Amino acid sequence: MSFIDRHLRILPIDVYVDPVGPQDRAIITHGHGDHARRDHGHVLATPDTIAIMQARYGEDSAGSFQALDYGVPLMIDEVEVTLFPAGHILGSAQVRLRYRGETVVVTGDYKRLADPTAQPFELVQCNTLVTEATFGLPVFQHPRPADEIARLLKSVAASPGRSHLIGAYALGKAQRVMSLLRASGYDRPIYLHGAMVELTRLYENRGIALGPTKLALEASKAELEGQIVIAPPGALKDRWSRRLADPVLAVASGWMSVKQRARQGGVELPLVISDHADWNELRVTIAETGAADVWVTHGREDALVYWCHQQGLAASPLNIVGYDEAGEGGE
Amino acid sequence: MKAFAQLLELLALTPSRNRKLEALTEYFRATPDPDRGFALAILTGAMTFKNVKPAVLREVVTREVDPYLFGLSYDYVGDLGETIALIWPHHGQQQDLPQLGDLVELLETTPKSRLPALIADLLTRAAINERWALVKLATGALRIGLSARLAKTALAEMSGRPVQEIEEIWHGLTIPYTELFTWLEGRGERPDIAHEVRFHPMMLSNPIDEAVDLEKLDPPDFSAEWKWDGIRVQLVLGQGPASLFSRTGDEIGGAFPDLVDNVFGEAVLDGELLVGAGFDPAPFNDLQQRLNRKVASAKHLTDYPAFMRVYDMLFDGREDIRPLPWTERRRRLETWLATHPQTRLDLSPVLPFADWTELAELRRRGAAEHGHEGVMVKLRSSPYVPGRPKGLWYKWKRDPNVVDAVLMYAQRGHGKRSSFYSDYTFGVWKGNELVPIGKAYFGFTDAELKQLDNWVRNNTVQSFGPVREVAKELVFEVAFDSAQVSGRHKSGVALRFPRINRIRWDKPAAEAGTLEEMQVFVEAT
Repeated sequence: MSFIDRHLRILPIDVYVDPVGPQDRAIITHGHGDHARRDHGHVLATPDTIAIMQARYGEDSAGSFQALDYGVPLMIDEVEVTLFPAGHILGSAQVRLRYRGETVVVTGDYKRLADPTAQPFELVQCNTLVTEATFGLPVFQHPRPADEIARLLKSVAASPGRSHLIGAYALGKAQRVMSLLRASGYDRPIYLHGAMVELTRLYENRGIALGPTKLALEASKAELEGQIVIAPPGALKDRWSRRLADPVLAVASGWMSVKQRARQGGVELPLVISDHADWNELRVTIAETGAADVWVTHGREDALVYWCHQQGLAASPLNIVGYDEAGEGGE
Repeated sequence: MKAFAQLLELLALTPSRNRKLEALTEYFRATPDPDRGFALAILTGAMTFKNVKPAVLREVVTREVDPYLFGLSYDYVGDLGETIALIWPHHGQQQDLPQLGDLVELLETTPKSRLPALIADLLTRAAINERWALVKLATGALRIGLSARLAKTALAEMSGRPVQEIEEIWHGLTIPYTELFTWLEGRGERPDIAHEVRFHPMMLSNPIDEAVDLEKLDPPDFSAEWKWDGIRVQLVLGQGPASLFSRTGDEIGGAFPDLVDNVFGEAVLDGELLVGAGFDPAPFNDLQQRLNRKVASAKHLTDYPAFMRVYDMLFDGREDIRPLPWTERRRRLETWLATHPQTRLDLSPVLPFADWTELAELRRRGAAEHGHEGVMVKLRSSPYVPGRPKGLWYKWKRDPNVVDAVLMYAQRGHGKRSSFYSDYTFGVWKGNELVPIGKAYFGFTDAELKQLDNWVRNNTVQSFGPVREVAKELVFEVAFDSAQVSGRHKSGVALRFPRINRIRWDKPAAEAGTLEEMQVFVEAT
């Protein structure tokens, strides 16, 4: 029996990690809506995550916020809590918990690929690992993001009369795509849907340069020809997008590797850009943490649990209802 | 191969028909022979490899990937080819794959025993998109929403020739279609195809709009026949072996030797392929046993003998009679059949009627008493025009039968719908128990599909792999063409062509139909 239960409640101190409903005390791994909920009593998180939660939900969206920097141990009674970068989005953290000689790590969402918009992932040793499994199937082998951006830029160059409308989650993915574009030398203004302006400003204020941006809504149809526009996936087919010139519909997501899935969404240019570990990263990470017991949460648990068993590890799925099962939002 | 992979990807992902056409014509213009010919064969589904089958690919992959993990992945992705392309675990130095022509030759000439190693090597060498294209072409199942007709339309656009001219000779051409491209590019004559293998694009009908059409159409101008419940075929008879074409111009004679080996004379005939002894058509289900098979088994030949019910004549001997009015063609057909009495061909009778009310009554009685699908109404003066010309031929289908049935199980779809629960099994009441009577996966809009998918996810009682059993609460109004006795279904009833007519969000499940009510439909056929 561990000191943490299947709802990620730390028993000796009655604190939850990423609880799906309001709790008195919560440790939040990162700012995406399925992990960071409002109305907790006390929230412990990285300074970036707190800034994100306050920007999205308001200053008073929790009773109180307590910031904890990466790598700084905090004792809560007998439990030592330390946050480590998870590489998922700005401020994302893994939570290491130590209690009476036992170490548990909750990864939250993570990726190990270099990304200037998120603090780089650090590997943390543990006995029990609670891992995500969003892309926990061997069909998910993410290509290099730079290659995906190259395909995008090639398409932009080949169709000067059309806008490229990229569906990307407003928190994290949008800024990642912008950063990748800048790294590829794209220096024209990037046009943004209103929903992502504030979070983009937050990234910039916290030291992440993303280059010139403009509000898509204020641009004329002619101005948008040949330009790149970023909008939340849910807004791609809204009325506002009619102002775009014959747009090439692109979506930046790990799910886009499945062409049938892209077709189903009417996506003409799927960009396989993910902020989650792919199948190979998940396996390498599990092995490298040295964990003997693996709990697998939100995603395709079956395959990863099966693989762990094959490696002689104890493993079980955690069926926490409320995490974004399909992963579309959190991606 | 790189260009072909790009073309395939564009075809799969571009929703615009015009852009697809543009990409195809551009590819055919820019690609040399024989590569473009092989591409055309792959795109139209004409290319098959003797030894490269989905099973071989699956074997190659499961040597490298755990079969259980492969199974989970396939269930998730929903498309075998795409699963293989995505799951392949080895990524070598990316080298360009061979040119399409060379690749086809490699796949055709490599001995069976060495194929797995060859395929594994190609998969490892290929970049992801080429790997996807490679698997697609090797399995022969493109599933990219491209019809053979669109590929032929692109050829027509590229050359300025009408698409019918291409369709007519299509079946007589051989891969890699060098002669065809020579003609299309104006560098040579149209390939000379033997009359016996020439397909003549069919004349199709439009559904009758009772509210608008009946008032405008004058009954004496029209002739009526039963609408037969088989498949539309064209039989080409001449010196050599007879050809039997489906409505898309595919040669299907190989599966119906009992028909094509037992007909004689010289003519091109249009009619319905049916099965049954003594020209007594059996239900469509029986014909179904023989469709989609390359060859017929001995049992099929005795249990479900094939015949053709003829209703039109395109060529009388070598004479093209398509420009003649229907009445004249009909007269020629009757004379020809009288002078060439056949054991596998009979004539679709003409139904006399005085006015539309009388025909409507005939149609209703035909459906109720004999299970006829409806009636065909043809303008007596109509020439035989390929395509779907307006105002000449009409189909007047029977009213569908409907039953209110309760959703019992939902299964994830395939391909485009792989992440939706889109295949529904429904049942009717037998006492206090629901018994399944059929399965349907269309009849609803995309928006309704989303709602249904949501409903299924929120009302799941149990999961069995890709199948979910749901709470017995949602009622569908199911339309179907007929009901038959079935030993395979627990209910003892099977529906023909069931589709979801309406989703009855409002109707309580307890008020859905019963098995006793279904018996009425069974007896009618």
